[in-house]
Amino acid sequence: MGQSVNSKSVSMTMIPAGDRSLTIRLIGRLDAFSTGSIWREAVDGVKARGWEDVVVEADGLDYIDGTGIGLLVQLRTIQTERGNRIDIKGLRPEFKRLLDMFDPSFFTNIPPENTEKKRFLEKIGYASAELFSDMKSLVSFVGEIFSALSFALKKPSQVRWKDVYLVSEKAGIDALPIIILIGFLMGLIMSFQSALTLERFGAELFVANLLGLSMFRELGPLMTSILFASRSGSAFAAEIGTMKVNDELKAISTMGINPVSFLAVPRVIAALSMTPLLTLFFIFSSLIGGAVVMLSMGYPLTAYISRVFSSLNISDFLGGMLKAVIFSIFVAGIACHRGLMTGTGASAVGESTTSAVVSGIILIAVVDGVFAVIYYCLGI
Amino acid sequence: MKEKEPIISVRNLTCAYGENVIVDDITFDVMPGEIFVIMGGSGCGKSTVLNHMIGLDIPGSGEILIDGLNIVSAQGETRLKILSKIGVMYQMGALFGSMTLLENVRLPMEEFTDLPLEAMDFIAGMKLALVGLRSYSGLMPSEISGGMKKRAAIARAMALDPGILFLDEPSAGLDPVTTAEIDEVIKGLSEDLGVTFVIVSHELSSIFNIADRVIMLDKRLKKIVAEGDPRELREHSDDPIVREFLQRKAWNKESI
Ligand SMILES: Nc1ncnc2c1ncn2[C@@H]1O[C@H](COP(=O)(O)OP(=O)(O)O)[C@@H](O)[C@H]1O
Ligand SMILES: [Mg+2]
Repeated sequence: MGQSVNSKSVSMTMIPAGDRSLTIRLIGRLDAFSTGSIWREAVDGVKARGWEDVVVEADGLDYIDGTGIGLLVQLRTIQTERGNRIDIKGLRPEFKRLLDMFDPSFFTNIPPENTEKKRFLEKIGYASAELFSDMKSLVSFVGEIFSALSFALKKPSQVRWKDVYLVSEKAGIDALPIIILIGFLMGLIMSFQSALTLERFGAELFVANLLGLSMFRELGPLMTSILFASRSGSAFAAEIGTMKVNDELKAISTMGINPVSFLAVPRVIAALSMTPLLTLFFIFSSLIGGAVVMLSMGYPLTAYISRVFSSLNISDFLGGMLKAVIFSIFVAGIACHRGLMTGTGASAVGESTTSAVVSGIILIAVVDGVFAVIYYCLGI
Repeated sequence: MKEKEPIISVRNLTCAYGENVIVDDITFDVMPGEIFVIMGGSGCGKSTVLNHMIGLDIPGSGEILIDGLNIVSAQGETRLKILSKIGVMYQMGALFGSMTLLENVRLPMEEFTDLPLEAMDFIAGMKLALVGLRSYSGLMPSEISGGMKKRAAIARAMALDPGILFLDEPSAGLDPVTTAEIDEVIKGLSEDLGVTFVIVSHELSSIFNIADRVIMLDKRLKKIVAEGDPRELREHSDDPIVREFLQRKAWNKESI
């Protein structure tokens, strides 16, 4: 006798007769939960040799379902592909009919899966092409934003001021606690660390100059914009992305409304009016942090304040504020762009939110570099 | 068919969300192999009854026997055993968006059987073939149409060859041609595999096309107001509201 496999509720016996033919006897229930236990053995047993004849005795089966039929179809496919015979005996007529539905032609021309893996170089090529088209769409979007903004300037009544107000409140006023907290901590840490070093030269008081200059010119706008990108840019992208997924954007478009002026313009206006204010709050909280360090080192407050402002002039202040405004336009713009570009499916909103924050921060860094060059040339 | 034991038996079922009673003390049976349709106007509680029958919601009172086992009180192993007997297609298909159609259909097999991977792929391909989507198995759900999504969802519900399929509004939001395609799939599965169907629908052309038996729920009475063969009910129901519900749209259809 051949080997036999027993399992939950089906048993299979394979009986070879000479070199040419094989009999497979099935007994019990062949269903989704039991077929797994004999699939390998059955398929390997039939494949093992080019049996000219395979006989499946199915009259011992009490029950067979689609999965069991699947096994029989698989065995039949193996045999017919090799030009050999298979005879399935004793199957009840209703199951026989099911088996016949899957005649071999069903499986001959299976289309190739379109999820084939791309090669490494191919991937790099696709990625750069994607990056390039992404840049193009971004540039055209910036153009669209600016034209929509200038249109809004000409016709302020067309702007959805209620949305501007709501977004300003959510992205501006509600962001104050974190802006103040981070600003204070940065001022505190920076002046403490630099005071430790400068103390060796007896120059602790210059901490005030350092803090004032770096905060107003560089760190204030930079940190505020980064916080703005992660706190509000992500929210913009998620809000607009969810609308896209819910087909609300389609509804807006079919009403004849331009999604850019409807959704992006109010957010950009809110951003560019709120970020300078947030930047000021950030800078002043950092100065308070610095003051705490200086006071604890025994310097009077007046000395600290006069030091902070002695090395600053109005162009430092205005230059910083201009940076904040420009950063905010880019951050809010790209967040809205990412939201509008959201794909379909459950993960799409998450992807565009992540992408909004990441691209926002990268853009800030790039634009900051451009500013550094321009300010250097202008001698600011 | 009446001489057989019912495969699903709903006894004195009351469904309520909080204080809000949706259906009140309804009783009905589903026979093995039949296509059973729950119909009625929007908001009358069709989906609610379906959600209770598949164990998603817990009824205020009553019992729901599936193949003799009460899904209301079933826990652990018993519950899994009942769930292995049923497959569900949700209203929007609810395919997993990050997986191809084939992977969607394969998932229940990966979770509940010890079939080798190539066997799962082979069988999943057969299931997709049954609903006419064999050549789309490598596509993502976002790449196919609404009707195809529903057919793929039926294939996924069939993955473990359950004896009973529950379909919530298989034809909602589809054009008449696609609706007819889905109806053909349902009829095919019913004839070829002997699957029992419990279908929520208010699409009359489809009901007359496929249903062996219907019950009609009423929003105001919170009861079953009609039960039987839809074609007979249309002509001979005692209740004029039922006759009108079944005739009005049929008449509209002929006049188009
Ligand atoms: N999860 C739920 N919580 C509270 N009320 C619900 C819930 N689901 C449905 N309902 C209410 O039950 C009623 C019936 O809804 P439903 O069963 O979806 O109707 P339909 O017959 O259109 O499928 C509706 O009035 C609906 O507001
Ligand atoms: Mg419903």
